[in-house]
Amino acid sequence: MNNYNLNHLKELESEAIYIVREVVAQFENPVLLFSGGKDSIVCAHIAKKAFYPAKVPFPLMHVDTGHNFPETIEFRDKFVKEMGANLIVASVQEVIDQGLTVEEKGFNASRNGIQTVALLKGIEDNKFDAAMGGARRDEEKARAKERFFSHRDEFGQWDPKNQRAELWNIFNGMKHFGENFRVFPISNWTEMDVWQYILAEGIELPSLYFSHQRDCFIRDGVVMFASDVMERKPEEKVKEMTVRFRTIGDMTCTGAVCSEADDLAKIIEEVAATRTTERGTRSDDKRSEAAMEDRKKQGYF
Amino acid sequence: MSGKSYLDMELLRFSTAGSADDGKSTLIGRMLYDSKSIFEDQYEALEASSKKKGEANVNLALLTDGLRSEREQGITIDVAYRYFATPKRKFIIADTPGHIQYTRNMVTGASTSNLSIILIDARKGIIEQTYRHTFIASLLGIPHVVFCINKMDLVDYSEEVFEKIKKETEAFISKLGIKDINFIPISALKGDNVVNKSENMDWYQGGTLLYLLENIHIGSDHNHVDCRFPVQYVIRPQTDEFHDYRGYAGRVAGGVFRPGDRVVALPSGFGSTIKSIDTMDGPIEDAFAPMSVTLTLEDEIDISRGDMIVRENNQPNVTQDVDIMVCWLNEKPLQVRGKYAIKHTSNDVRCIVKEVKYKVDINTLHRLEDDKVIKMNDIGRISIRTTKVLFTDEYKRNRNTGSLIIIDEATNETVGAGMIL
Repeated sequence: MNNYNLNHLKELESEAIYIVREVVAQFENPVLLFSGGKDSIVCAHIAKKAFYPAKVPFPLMHVDTGHNFPETIEFRDKFVKEMGANLIVASVQEVIDQGLTVEEKGFNASRNGIQTVALLKGIEDNKFDAAMGGARRDEEKARAKERFFSHRDEFGQWDPKNQRAELWNIFNGMKHFGENFRVFPISNWTEMDVWQYILAEGIELPSLYFSHQRDCFIRDGVVMFASDVMERKPEEKVKEMTVRFRTIGDMTCTGAVCSEADDLAKIIEEVAATRTTERGTRSDDKRSEAAMEDRKKQGYF
Repeated sequence: MSGKSYLDMELLRFSTAGSADDGKSTLIGRMLYDSKSIFEDQYEALEASSKKKGEANVNLALLTDGLRSEREQGITIDVAYRYFATPKRKFIIADTPGHIQYTRNMVTGASTSNLSIILIDARKGIIEQTYRHTFIASLLGIPHVVFCINKMDLVDYSEEVFEKIKKETEAFISKLGIKDINFIPISALKGDNVVNKSENMDWYQGGTLLYLLENIHIGSDHNHVDCRFPVQYVIRPQTDEFHDYRGYAGRVAGGVFRPGDRVVALPSGFGSTIKSIDTMDGPIEDAFAPMSVTLTLEDEIDISRGDMIVRENNQPNVTQDVDIMVCWLNEKPLQVRGKYAIKHTSNDVRCIVKEVKYKVDINTLHRLEDDKVIKMNDIGRISIRTTKVLFTDEYKRNRNTGSLIIIDEATNETVGAGMIL
């Protein structure tokens, strides 16, 4: 290899930095969607790098379902404070209380779908014209067709058949009044890339990602945390298990994996050997073959 | 793949073009399956939908169908991006539909690729779409092209068939100026020479497709000669610690920049010297494409987004009159004398289309001088005049400074892709 070659992580990082800078240059009022999960943490890290030595010139917005793991919220607050960023919380509980949406009922009730209502309201209330997020194309088949700059109409909707062509490294963020964009700086990263990057950069993560003891029960073959926001059927017995989470979403839809991996090197080994996709533990994607496609059309990110 | 070797891994972006029945989806499915990049839950979903459709075997092609509307119609409409890795390289596949009405998708997929895979059905040999795919690969300046002669199992793995197609392809490709051309006889369905070496073709001495993808030299695909730094954003921290700091953020579009280099800012023409190349990990000694860095200069000169920092003795064309090959992406045809917005590097300008010189018949590569209406999926040569100067290089020399997009100012849609001549 000659001197003028980047390894794949450096090239992906450079691409992501370029996208984040392009967003700040092309939009008036961008925001970074921050869930406290590893992908949004990587995006925030990229944003720091993009504007160093200046501060990140946009706020972070957390769509808070009210069903987050307490560890996530704790980590979020610490992270935002250290970064010196401004945090906006778009609350799902608030939109339910205001009667803008209703909660799902039954054993598999989840607030994942109605997050969209809070997300769109947060974007509208704050007049954001670009919302960056840590979605990746390798996560899910509808996302495999997503653009870096994803145009949304005034209702925040995605039209998969009418997406803008995206060529070379030239990004078209032109829009009409009231429309906005979703932007995905780490589109081209895989789960493995994210973990390798976290290791290479020494990025801190919520403790949920590392192996720990937790009270769990099993539903439809997925290990779920026995939290008080989830109703259990009589046959679903709680027991203490050694687990970690591969993705962090709501307590109601994020499954754990049985794992002894308690540091990054072990997690990478585990990810390399694993035979199921990351979102295989997400019950929100298992609802139908087009679950993600349908949610994105309604404005999900 | 193992997690240990990641610091030595390179990234290869490649595109595949093909139509419904030439086995493109099967080939991608085969590559993912044989390189163990398909996960169990994906495979189970595949099994279930194959069964639902009443197919006897697990259809690997279903793996690449993304959207519900595509699954229903059994076709690929849009570019889909797929990822896999081996211990040597990480791969990004731009999977594009190859039918003529999807030329714009092929162009999109090809625009970021180092390599293009073109499938030829061994039973049919070179057909119209082979010309089309090869032409698009050459037009988009893809440095490496691999012709996979597929379905060798259906021609008894015949060396003669392979050699005949190879000879015919070499004959027409010589005019197109593609740097690196390869031929591999494969069967995507049976797995011959995709990931594993075929036991049915002793006469073929070359490597498998995956071996080629892992080993092809991509180090010189970027331009490391002509220094080009389009300024993307100006960083001014305005803090006590960095009171007078003024950094020019951007992604190197060509050449190698080092502290101490004499540079010129365009369009002003003011000269200065590079003081430092900054990153959050500390200052660095050289910056080359495609690195995102921040440059600081010794002198305070007025530079903003859209300007370009270059070397004194190697400058791009500074011009308002640009000749381009355009691929049209929109249902509304190109309007001669029409006004459009242009994005070129970090520059935003407007333009007027002065003239259509000719259109290209992308199946025969003939120039059509009588039919000058450029409609969706057409490719033609046009002249434009821009409202402000652009800093350009020939697309062939530099894909970053030689490319632009054309935007309809009424709809804001990207309607044209331009390669500067």
